[in-house]
Amino acid sequence: MSDPNGLIQPGRSAPGFTLAGTPDGRQIGPQQFRGRPVVLAFYPADWSPVCGDQMSLYQAAAPMFDQYQAVLLGLSVDSIWSHRAFAESRGIEFPLLADFEPKGEVARRYGAYTPQGEAARALVVLDPAGTVAWSYLSPPEVNPGADGIIEALDRLTADRRVMAG
Amino acid sequence: MTTPLQVTARLRDPVTDQDHVRGPADAAVTIVEYGDFQCQFCGAAYPNLHEVLRQRADTVRMVYRYFPIANVHPYAERAAETAEAAAARGRFWEMHDWLYEHQDQLDPVHLSLGVEQLGLPPDEVNAEVDNRVHADRVRRDFVGGIRSGVNGTPTLFVNGVRHEGGYDLPDLLAAVDAAANA
Repeated sequence: MSDPNGLIQPGRSAPGFTLAGTPDGRQIGPQQFRGRPVVLAFYPADWSPVCGDQMSLYQAAAPMFDQYQAVLLGLSVDSIWSHRAFAESRGIEFPLLADFEPKGEVARRYGAYTPQGEAARALVVLDPAGTVAWSYLSPPEVNPGADGIIEALDRLTADRRVMAG
Repeated sequence: MTTPLQVTARLRDPVTDQDHVRGPADAAVTIVEYGDFQCQFCGAAYPNLHEVLRQRADTVRMVYRYFPIANVHPYAERAAETAEAAAARGRFWEMHDWLYEHQDQLDPVHLSLGVEQLGLPPDEVNAEVDNRVHADRVRRDFVGGIRSGVNGTPTLFVNGVRHEGGYDLPDLLAAVDAAANA
């Protein structure tokens, strides 16, 4: 068994959930996107003060995720109201989910909750069947970029080709 | 297995003759910058990079690649495509320098004046940019940057290894000298 407090590992079935997401507060969860890869990007908080903001970067990279028909979901313990203002200010069009009440419950279930009361900076890629294909825990102050996600999506595509062939 | 922490990012796309390069072709040190013309941090690094090239003229060459974060910087893509239109006329670095020296004038009207100031044909350049003639080239740089682990701007690679230090002149000179002596 892996560390029960650690980040969810590849091969595990992804815990189902729905949370209110931007823009309209609709309930969104990974099981709504079966048949497509899903990227869960947990992050500590909206409004990180730098140009190299992770969610802004992912919006700029959105056409690359689209090529894999991947669904990108950002998650933090911020409320839907904070998410909306943040998404608007950074032009973020993919859903930001509010893991707000009970606070951090989804992050906890994925092993991505910190003693500081925020989500960890953690990336989890689910395959089209909802199994964890790749996960990565970044130091909270380091924007992990998108290269690991793209490589995980590449491997999923290659695996599917092998299965089909 | 979860990927171990803090893998040093390396440049995935080698420098080719498609790149915008200044400095000697046989330089011991190559700096590849992924930049966004509207990013204030890139603007702050610009004069320092310039000075590095001046002080290490025999050892350093500089490559610039586009990494516009358009959702945060609404003028960044147009600026990048304008620089590429200038590149098509052999004037990339003049346009690059103008953009970083006029970061408060990147709106379409002022940008067009800048193009004219450089002696480029503004109507032709505007038409190319409006028709997204150079969008693929800018996108290619961006995609290569994402795959190399670029996570914000500016990101520098010094001889292929991501520069993790600061962008002040002493930091940059130290990084360049370390690479030259490696």
